[in-house]
Amino acid sequence: MSLLTPQRPSEGAHTHSGATMVPDASRAERTASFEVADFPVPHGREEEWRFTPVDRLGAFFRDEPTGACLQWEESLPEGVTLSTLSVPQWRDLGVPAPQDRAAAAAAAHSGGVALVDVPAEAELAEPVRIRLTGTEQDLVHGHLTVRVGRFARATVVIEHAGVADYSEVLTVLAGDGSHVTLVTVQEWDDASHHLGQHDVVVGRDATVRHIAVTLGGGVVRLNTNTSYTGPGGSFEGLGVYFADAGQHLEHRLFVDHEAPHCRSNVEYKGALQGETARTVWVGDVLIRASAEGTDTYELNRNLILSDGARADSVPNLEIETGEIEGAGHASATGRFDDEQLFYLQARGIPEDEARRLVVRGFFAGVVARIGVPEVQEHLMAVIERELAGGGE
Amino acid sequence: MSTLEIKDLHVTVETEQGTKEILRGVTLSIASGETHAIMGPNGSGKSTLAYSIAGHPKYTVTGGTVTLDGEDVLAMSVDERARAGLFLAMQYPVEVPGVTVSNFLRTAKTAVTGEAPKLRHWVKDVKDAMGHLRMDPAFADRNVNEGFSGGEKKRHEILQMELLEPKMAILDETDSGLDVDALRIVSEGVNRAKERTGAGVLLITHYTRILRYVKPDFVHVFVDGRVAEEGGPELAERLEAEGYDRFHPVNVEA
Ligand SMILES: Nc1ncnc2c1ncn2[C@@H]1O[C@H](COP(=O)(O)OP(=O)(O)O)[C@@H](O)[C@H]1O
Ligand SMILES: [Mg+2]
Repeated sequence: MSLLTPQRPSEGAHTHSGATMVPDASRAERTASFEVADFPVPHGREEEWRFTPVDRLGAFFRDEPTGACLQWEESLPEGVTLSTLSVPQWRDLGVPAPQDRAAAAAAAHSGGVALVDVPAEAELAEPVRIRLTGTEQDLVHGHLTVRVGRFARATVVIEHAGVADYSEVLTVLAGDGSHVTLVTVQEWDDASHHLGQHDVVVGRDATVRHIAVTLGGGVVRLNTNTSYTGPGGSFEGLGVYFADAGQHLEHRLFVDHEAPHCRSNVEYKGALQGETARTVWVGDVLIRASAEGTDTYELNRNLILSDGARADSVPNLEIETGEIEGAGHASATGRFDDEQLFYLQARGIPEDEARRLVVRGFFAGVVARIGVPEVQEHLMAVIERELAGGGE
Repeated sequence: MSTLEIKDLHVTVETEQGTKEILRGVTLSIASGETHAIMGPNGSGKSTLAYSIAGHPKYTVTGGTVTLDGEDVLAMSVDERARAGLFLAMQYPVEVPGVTVSNFLRTAKTAVTGEAPKLRHWVKDVKDAMGHLRMDPAFADRNVNEGFSGGEKKRHEILQMELLEPKMAILDETDSGLDVDALRIVSEGVNRAKERTGAGVLLITHYTRILRYVKPDFVHVFVDGRVAEEGGPELAERLEAEGYDRFHPVNVEA
């Protein structure tokens, strides 16, 4: 009887102030290149691929165009334009280079970059909405750039659904003083695979919120990399994921603090239900010698709802200067707490409702931070549906 | 008029050393409006009795019966027991992160009565009950038991007793860890709820202190998993003077 020894979530939280922690290989030394050939095909034992089922992803590493694409539906508030750039034009924007073979192939072979432009000083009343739907399993190279002008305020919601093998490069260029919220929702069918590299370039004094909501897909792996072009930038990385049996959901973040007086705050929360549900969270933060006055915190929590599910959580902080405001991380993975369930049931609340309350409660804080009501409501509804389904 | 009947209850728990019998034949009968105090030394099985009645999955009933108005309590799930009218104020209330007190109370009330309470009345009832227990209204927006002090947790338990209006309330060391003021406030809450609803109360305590505020009709001395002696309020006074020593199993056998 598993109820005999309720396991409390294991807590691993610590805060560093001005301490220096350097792991074996600095995150700064990873290859970044526009050339596919600069990245060997991964075999799965590399540090950055060790959790990923690369054997299911062969198509993503081929160095050739496929011509396939997803179905697009977009809704653009007034003033926002959608146009196409060639790959050389895109590179001329000074965008960050791909950091793995799949991203390099996606950037090279997309055939063109969809550019969403929000003009300077625009204040969008409605989100930009882009819905991408796959209808067959052909590999699609997706290439999107969201450019937000100086002092503009914009929310962009990108939704993914259907069946696809989707290899994606998404670049967010947030102009000086802009406020950008980008939400990416993964609600693929179970057969789908999605590898994405999201680069967030935070302008001077800009505030960017990148929000990943991953609820569906056979394999989803998103790499979100943040860099700052000047001081005063702020990045918030939020994530919510719910893995069912057979799903592998992986989120990797890399925040590269090079400019001084910038801030980053990362909070990812995930639940796992079903024997073979699998999640991975990796949070790398690098505070370079030049980045004095940095303030960073990252947190990942996982809630395991059934036996056999597995969550990996790897926070990693590299600090090369002592002159920082604060740097910390916390990571915890815990089993569903039967004592909480007992307490609620002892007040008359039926078991399924009590479970819903606890899971809702687990996600409540991070969901409230999303700040985009349509996304929050939809996501909680999906999670409740998943709970009702019991992970089958 | 309700009766909670516990007959010859035997309960075991799994430990690293194997199965351990903790309750060894407990018999008790509590009727509406009555207050029964269970007193006993640490480790005598008081919480085990409370949890077993509430249906905690850790405890296995190996013999005996528990009925509420003739209904088999042991056949009910934890939530069914609560809906049947049983309430347990826990010795160590559990934190439920992300669930606010107000949401929790409303959900529990709805579950227990089978329909959502009328909003206007409910808001007022909660506010009044919190006021009586000297709880800051801000508690309603806090997460259940999260970051509560020991005393705040106990007030929150009695708040639930007042609002959920059970037929039978088991209070497991609700007095432990309270200062005199808090003890008085919490005791008044128990008396108020009892008076209003006519509930039966099983008051588990290690000390006699709370019995000055919540007057017991019966006192049961609990030792080594069973009731060793029973009497009226005067028994509590004797315990106060003499302690539990004379009930120690070694002495009993000697
Ligand atoms: N879950 C458990 N696992 C192992 N032993 C337990 C468990 N619960 C209670 N016990 C043991 O049962 C005995 C009675 O405990 P308890 O009912 O908590 O006593 P009381 O409330 O009177 O202090 C103690 O010896 C305690 O260690
Ligand atoms: Mg106890």
